[in-house]
Amino acid sequence: MSEIKVSMGPQHPALKEPESFNLILEGELIVDVEVKLGYNHRGIEKACEGRNYTQAIYLIERVCGICSHSHSTCFIQAVEEIAKIEIPARAAYIRTVFAELERIHSHLLWLGVAGHEVGYDTLFMYAWRDREKIMDILALISGNRVNYGMNLVGGVRRDITSEQIPQILETIKELETRTQYYIEVATNEPTFIGRLAGVGKLSKEEALKLGAVGPTGRASGIAQDVRKDDPYAAYDQISFKVITDDHADVLGRTIVRVLELLESYQMLRQLIEKLPVGEIAVKAPRKIPFGEAISRYEAPRGEDIHYVRANGTEMPERVKVRAPTLANLASIREMLRGCYLADFPIIIAAIDPCFSCTDRMIRLEGSHEGMLNWGQMREYSLNWYRDKGYDLSKLK
Amino acid sequence: MTTNEWISLLKEKFVTQVTQIMTTRERRIYAETTPENLVQVAEKLKQAGMINVGTMTGLDSGENFEVIYHFYDQQGNLLNMKVFTPRTAPKLPTITAIYPGVFLYEYELYDLLGIVVEGAPLGRRYPLPENWPAGEFPLRKDWKGLPPQKVEVRS
Repeated sequence: MSEIKVSMGPQHPALKEPESFNLILEGELIVDVEVKLGYNHRGIEKACEGRNYTQAIYLIERVCGICSHSHSTCFIQAVEEIAKIEIPARAAYIRTVFAELERIHSHLLWLGVAGHEVGYDTLFMYAWRDREKIMDILALISGNRVNYGMNLVGGVRRDITSEQIPQILETIKELETRTQYYIEVATNEPTFIGRLAGVGKLSKEEALKLGAVGPTGRASGIAQDVRKDDPYAAYDQISFKVITDDHADVLGRTIVRVLELLESYQMLRQLIEKLPVGEIAVKAPRKIPFGEAISRYEAPRGEDIHYVRANGTEMPERVKVRAPTLANLASIREMLRGCYLADFPIIIAAIDPCFSCTDRMIRLEGSHEGMLNWGQMREYSLNWYRDKGYDLSKLK
Repeated sequence: MTTNEWISLLKEKFVTQVTQIMTTRERRIYAETTPENLVQVAEKLKQAGMINVGTMTGLDSGENFEVIYHFYDQQGNLLNMKVFTPRTAPKLPTITAIYPGVFLYEYELYDLLGIVVEGAPLGRRYPLPENWPAGEFPLRKDWKGLPPQKVEVRS
């Protein structure tokens, strides 16, 4: 049979983010894939070089909308290592609490997306409803649903008060019951298993060879988790299991994520119980001395790596960000080969890709610099259509 | 392997190839090698247990470009291997034959810093667009933005 080339994207091929794939098909089967990335390249690494460390934290936090705490913590750990700043124990615990809350919110979001991609929209509605409870907790403590702004060189900006703790524990309890139901669905529901089992296979050997990270790697049987291997914040003071699975397909990736939710709940209980009393931040210098450090962090999607080099001034010499999706993209080709075209969206969604993180680098240039108000935006769009030969100005 | 075991292995098995071996804290090792030795060193490191390269950081340090290969093992150790290449003719060999997952990081070195990676598998650009003007490398310290005459204006 002759080969057909089908182009997918860049307008939201699976998730609501831009990336483009060229699929080479033989009938319905995918024989090869070309990936095109870079649509979200915003130049954040370069922009950090012209900003001081405090400004850089807020910029780095915006690398990704979901793993915002992950990136800012990863960056700040490197800065603190260079400046030899010991953060107070309470600050380390609060960072860990946020890390786990973020993981729960990210995994529930993913579960919903996965449900949607396989035509199981009830799961999507359920998971996203439950996710709101975590968003409420995040907003309760930090004031924000995303981009929490918790980190500060030397500690955290906001404390967890004793009045907030009962609500956190209550929410964890409710979500635990809900998660039991999701585990039931992922392991027992024949239609769900039938749809996902054997789809997007990635053997352990291939996963190791191509450097798959996070739940994608763990679902192929690789027990790799930075929280365990290279502990940071308060992870060395609590007990938890690294969840792995041997299905090595989309079903395995689902099981790993739902079981990780349960681990996160019990970790949060331990963290809250052990939460040390004391300060939440120490004063840090504005200028960071010469040095370099590399920091690793287990984000919900896999391992973040940040490299920072300081040159003794208020601004970093170089900041390098490696987000987990970039590490997992090498495996995409392997997963898609031999699968059906109809499985494409769920396979892509199953690595829980985040192309914002991956490309991380918007510069507005020329006359469009700054903010546009409603009138200017309307004018802009009318002109755009006028250039194309349509006059829409009469439309109300 | 522990961090100290890695350090003694580097000192014993890579006598001439790897220099400036040091550690800043547990699980962090820094060392240096040359572009000529890079492929051999990577091969030996893979055999010794460095399962993959997490990423490559390219830096503009004036006369030279510096690339740090972040190797990692399954015990949490991170070996940061530095390689220097002259700014006038920046060139490094590919390590995709040993670590096939790293091709995107190698594209990134070329797109952002202009370091030619010899033997890298051909592919589309990453992360810059296909129509990005030649000779413009944003992460170089002397790069101050795309000159206006090179900006393509589409109507």
